[in-house]
Amino acid sequence: MRPETMRIVDDLRDQNILNLEHAKRDNQKIVGMYCAYSPKELVLAAGALPVSLCGTKQEPIAAAEKILPRNICPLIKSSFGFAITDTCPYFRMSDYVIAETTCDGKKKMFEMLKDYKPMHVLHLPQGTNRPGALKWWTDELYLLKSQLEENLGVEISRESLRKAIKLVNKERLAMRKLHELNKVDPAPLSGLDMLTTLWMKGFNVDVEEGIELINQLAEEVEEIVRLGASPFAAGTPRILLTGCPVGLGSEKVLRLLEECGGSVVGLENCSGFKTVDTLVDEDEARDPMEAIAEKYLQIPCSCMSHNEGRFDLIDRMIEEYKVDGVVDLTWQACHTYNVEGELLSRRVKEKYDLPYLHLETDYSTSDLQQLQTRIGAFIELLNRRKA
Amino acid sequence: MITVGIDVGSMTTKAVLLNGHEWSSVIRPTGCSPRQSAREAFDELLLKAGLSAGAISHITGTGYGRIMLDFINNAVTEITCHARGAHYLVEGTDLVIDIGGQDSKVIRTDGQGNVIDFAMNDKCAAGTGRFLQVMASALGADVSELAALSRGAEPVEISNMCTVFAESEVVSLLAQGVTKENIIAGIHRSVARRVAAMAGRLGLGSLVTFTGGVARNAGVKAFLAEELGAEIHVVAASQLAGALGAALLAREMAKD
Repeated sequence: MRPETMRIVDDLRDQNILNLEHAKRDNQKIVGMYCAYSPKELVLAAGALPVSLCGTKQEPIAAAEKILPRNICPLIKSSFGFAITDTCPYFRMSDYVIAETTCDGKKKMFEMLKDYKPMHVLHLPQGTNRPGALKWWTDELYLLKSQLEENLGVEISRESLRKAIKLVNKERLAMRKLHELNKVDPAPLSGLDMLTTLWMKGFNVDVEEGIELINQLAEEVEEIVRLGASPFAAGTPRILLTGCPVGLGSEKVLRLLEECGGSVVGLENCSGFKTVDTLVDEDEARDPMEAIAEKYLQIPCSCMSHNEGRFDLIDRMIEEYKVDGVVDLTWQACHTYNVEGELLSRRVKEKYDLPYLHLETDYSTSDLQQLQTRIGAFIELLNRRKA
Repeated sequence: MITVGIDVGSMTTKAVLLNGHEWSSVIRPTGCSPRQSAREAFDELLLKAGLSAGAISHITGTGYGRIMLDFINNAVTEITCHARGAHYLVEGTDLVIDIGGQDSKVIRTDGQGNVIDFAMNDKCAAGTGRFLQVMASALGADVSELAALSRGAEPVEISNMCTVFAESEVVSLLAQGVTKENIIAGIHRSVARRVAAMAGRLGLGSLVTFTGGVARNAGVKAFLAEELGAEIHVVAASQLAGALGAALLAREMAKD
C-alpha cells in the first residue's frame, strides 16, 4: 500500500519549477547548491532560496564528455553537462552557485563551471579531527557569507542566521522522523518512495511548506504502521544502502534491489540519513556561524580522512533498522568511496557477520543485466539466511 | 520426482533433467534467441528421456537468459545455481570458480552448496570465455585447441586485461617473434591471475571447484592452481554445474 501523499510528492518536480519561476519573477534571489556540505542556513539567512542542482541523469553526460575526461564519475559529468547545455532549470534560475572541494574531480570541474555562473567554491579541510579543522571551516563559511552578501546585495544578520538554523533543524527533524518510520518490520514505505520524498525536498521553494508535506506523509505512514500494512511481505530482506549519492534519475540500483525482492529500509548516503543525523546547535550564546560549521563538518563523506563517522552511523543503522544486508554503491571512478568500500566490507562482515555487496556502476543502463544477476544472487543469499 | 534446470548462458544453453540420482543433459549454442534455444534444449531433453512435458514437476531457469523464458516455473541467478551444482558434482566444495562465456565469478559457499559471498567481473569481457575466443581467433586457432597448443610452453607477460587492448598486444607480440604457444600460455595465466585476485578478496576455501565452459581448458586450470596455491577440481560435467544446480533447486521448490 502506497501513501496517498506520495502522489503530491510525485508531482512536486513540476510544481517546484513553476514556483521557482514565480519567485524569480518577483525578484527573489536563488542560490544553487551541489553538495550536502553547502550550508543552506546561510542562503536562507540571506533571504535567498536554496535549491539543489541537477546531476543525477545520464542525458547530459555525452555533452560533458566533449570537455571532461570520460573516466571520471558520472555525477561530475552529469552536473557539468546539465550546466553547460542549459538543461537544468535550477541552474539556469540560480543567481549564484555554491560548490566545494570535496573530491579532486569536482574541484577541478568547478574551475571550468565558474565561467557559466557566479560561484563560490568552499575549501573543505581534509578531515575533521585536526585541531585547526573547525577553525578553518568556520573561516571558510565566513568567506562564503561575505561572498553571498556582496553578490546578492544583502547583509546576513545574526538574527536571520538563528531563524534559519531553527527552520532547517525543523526540516531535518521532519525528515529524520519519516526515515525512522522504516525501522518497523516490514517497512511501511518503500526505499524508492523514501528517496523520492527526500530528493524532492531539495528543490522545494518554501521550506515550511515542504516540512508540512513531509509531516503529512509521516502521519499517513504512521497510520499504515498502525494498520500493520506494508508494501513488502513479512520476511522481505531488509537492506541498508550506503555509498555515493543517489537521486532520481540515478536510482537504478535502489530500484533493482526492490524489484529483485529486497526492501531498502535505510539510505545512509548524503541524499538520505547522513545529513539529517545531526542538527545545528541552537544555543544562542554561541556564534551561529561556528555552530553551522560544526554541524556540516560532521557529515561523514568519504572525501574526509579518516571517515570514522560513516562507520559509526552505519553501525547504528544496522542495529536500529534490523538490517539483513548492506549494499555499498560506488559510482565509477569515485576513488574515495571505492577504496573505503574495502574497509566497510571488513567492518560489516567481521562486526556483524552480515552479507555485504559492493557495486560499481554508472548512470547508464548498459550493465542492468549484470547488476540484476549480482543483486538477484545477493537477495537469494539473504532469503536463505532468513529461512 | 523429475525436475529440469535450464541454464541459458551467453554462448551455450545447458539443460539438465534430474530424476533421483540419475540425470541427463543437453548442450546447444544459444545463438541470437535465448528463448528459442532454451525451448529446443528442453524439447530435446524430453525426447531423449522419452517423457512428455507433463511428467516434469518443476522447471527452474538460470543464466543471463532466464528472465526471457516463458515455460519455466521460477528463475534463480546462476550464482546460486553454480554453488548448488558444484557441491553436487564435488561434495564439500566451498569455493566455486566459474568462468563462462561473458562473465567470471568466484563464489564462497558454506560447503553445503549455499552462497556466503561472491565476486563477479564487471561488465566487460576481460577474463572470460569470450576473451579466450577473441584471443584464439587473433592467433588463428580454435578456442578448444588452446590448452593443447600451450602445453609446456613458457608464458609471456600479457599486461592488458581489456579484450580489445589485449588483442592488439597479442598481434604485436607475434610481430616481435614470440611463439604462439608462449602467447597462449600467457593469456591463460592472465585469465587465472584475474580470477585469483577476485578469489583473494573472498578468502581461499579448502575445496576449490572450477566450473563453466572455461573449466574445460586445462591450461587455465593449471595456472589457477599455481596462482591460488591450491588443488583445483574439475569434473567432466563442470559446464553443466549451473543447469544441474537449477534442477536441484527445482526439486526443493517442488517439495515446498
